Amino acid sequence: MAAHLGDSAAFEIKGRMATLSVLHVLHADPDQVLAQLDARLAQAPGFFTGMPLVITVSSELALSATALQALTEGLRSRDLLPVGVSDLPADLAAQAGLGTVRNLGGERATETRPVAARVVTQPVRSGQQIYARGTDLVVAAPVSAGAEVMADGHIHIYGSLRGRALAGVQGGQDARIFCQALEAELVAVAGEYRLSDQMDPSLRGSAAMVSLQGGALAVTPL
Amino acid sequence: MARIVVVTSGKGGVGKTTTSAAFAAGLAKAGYRTVVIDFDVGLRNLDLIMGCERRVVYDFVNVINGEANLSQALIRDKRVDGLEILPASQTRDKDALTFDGVQLVLEALAQTHDYIVCDSPAGIERGAHLAMYFADDALVVTNPEVSSVRDSDRVLGLLASKTRRAEQDEAPVTEHLVVTRYAPSRVGKGEMLSVEDIHDILSIDLLGVIPESPAVLNASNAGIPVILEDKTDAGQAYDDVVARYLGETREHRFLSEKKGLFGRLLKG
Repeated sequence: MAAHLGDSAAFEIKGRMATLSVLHVLHADPDQVLAQLDARLAQAPGFFTGMPLVITVSSELALSATALQALTEGLRSRDLLPVGVSDLPADLAAQAGLGTVRNLGGERATETRPVAARVVTQPVRSGQQIYARGTDLVVAAPVSAGAEVMADGHIHIYGSLRGRALAGVQGGQDARIFCQALEAELVAVAGEYRLSDQMDPSLRGSAAMVSLQGGALAVTPL
Repeated sequence: MARIVVVTSGKGGVGKTTTSAAFAAGLAKAGYRTVVIDFDVGLRNLDLIMGCERRVVYDFVNVINGEANLSQALIRDKRVDGLEILPASQTRDKDALTFDGVQLVLEALAQTHDYIVCDSPAGIERGAHLAMYFADDALVVTNPEVSSVRDSDRVLGLLASKTRRAEQDEAPVTEHLVVTRYAPSRVGKGEMLSVEDIHDILSIDLLGVIPESPAVLNASNAGIPVILEDKTDAGQAYDDVVARYLGETREHRFLSEKKGLFGRLLKG
C-alpha cells in the first residue's frame, strides 16, 4: 500500500571502540612541545601515524589561540590526527578548527535537561502498545484491556487502567504507576510484575499507586 | 462529495450486515442517494439481507478487475428510492480486493451518491482494513458481551491509526457505537454487559441500542432491511440510529425491560 512504503534507512549509527590518545600539553610554547615530540616520533617511526589525539592543557598553563593553532598544524604535518580538545574554552578550540570532546574523563558532568513526559490524549485501545522511551508517560484517557503502556520513567493514567502498565522498563527502581481506576491485567516496575488475580481485590476499581518497596511490588490506594 | 461510512466490529456475527442494510435503507428513506457495498468477498450475505440475491449478475470484484462497469454491477432496491447495493463476489477471496481498485470504485460512487455504506467483513485483515481505510465515519457494532467489546476496542484502535484520515493527519474518523442484540432482562440478571459498561469501556459516542428481537431474524429471512418493518422494536431502534446520525436528538429507548400492564400497576 502506497502509504506504507517504508523509507530505506540512509544511515545507521554504530558504537565502535577506539583508543583516543590524550596529548597533555605541559608547556605554553608549541615549538618546544613539537621539538620534544619529534624526538619521541623518531624512536618509533610510523607507530604514531594517523593516531587520533585529544589535546588537553594543564590548568595553570595559559595557552593562546595562536599557540593552539600552531600546535594543531604541527601535529597534522607530522601525520597525527588531532580530533578535539578537552577542558579548554570552546571558542579557543574553534579558532584552531577543533571541537570539544565531551565525557572525557567524566570529571565534568554535562548539564542534564529534563525530558518532557510523553502525553497521550486518545484512549489506548486493545492491541496498541505505547512506549515512552527515556521519560514518563501521561495518558489522559483510559487504557483498554489488551493494551500495553510502558515507560522508562513513571506512568500516569487519568482514566481506567484495564490493560498492562510497565514502568521503569530499563530497570528504573524508582518508577511508579499512578492510575484513577486500577483494573489492570498486569502491572510491573523494573521487571517486578503482578497479575490481576494476585492483586488485593479491595483495591480493584479504585485510584492506586504501584511502586517498588524493598524489591517487592506494593499497590497502595491514593 | 459523498460521506463514506464503514460498519465494522472485529468480531463476526454481531450484526454488521443487518446494521449496514438497515442504516443504508434508513439514509435512503431520508432522501439521500445511498449505496451499500458488501466487502465480505467470499462470504456474500448482504444481498440476502437486502432480498436481491436473485438479481446479482456482476459484483464488486468484477468492477475492480474491469470485467463490468459500475452501472452493470449496482442493484437498485425496489422498495426504497435512491438505494443501491454493490454485492460481493462469492467465488473469490479477500485478496481479490486491491487498494487501488477499492479507491477507484469509491471515488466513482462518490460522484453520484450522498452516502457510501461499507459493510466490513469480520476480522482485522485485508478485507476489513480496506473497508475502513477510506471511511469518514464508523459505526462500531458491538454485542453486550466481553469478547465482542474487546474486539470492538481493537477495531477502534485501528480506526485511529490505520485509516487514510489517520495516515494523512486529517480529522480522525468519527466513531459511533451501535449496541445490538441487547436484552435488558439478561443485563438485569448479570448475564450481559449493560450499555453503561460498554460505553465506559469503549468511551465513544453511543448512537443507538438495538434490542434483541425476533423481528431481526424474520426480516433477514424475508430479505427486508429491518428498518422498513417500522412496527417492530428493532425497526424503530434503527430508525432512531439513522435520525441521530443525521443530527436529530432522540432519547435512547429499549434500555430497560418491557413491563406488562401488571408490572406497571405493581410498580406504580
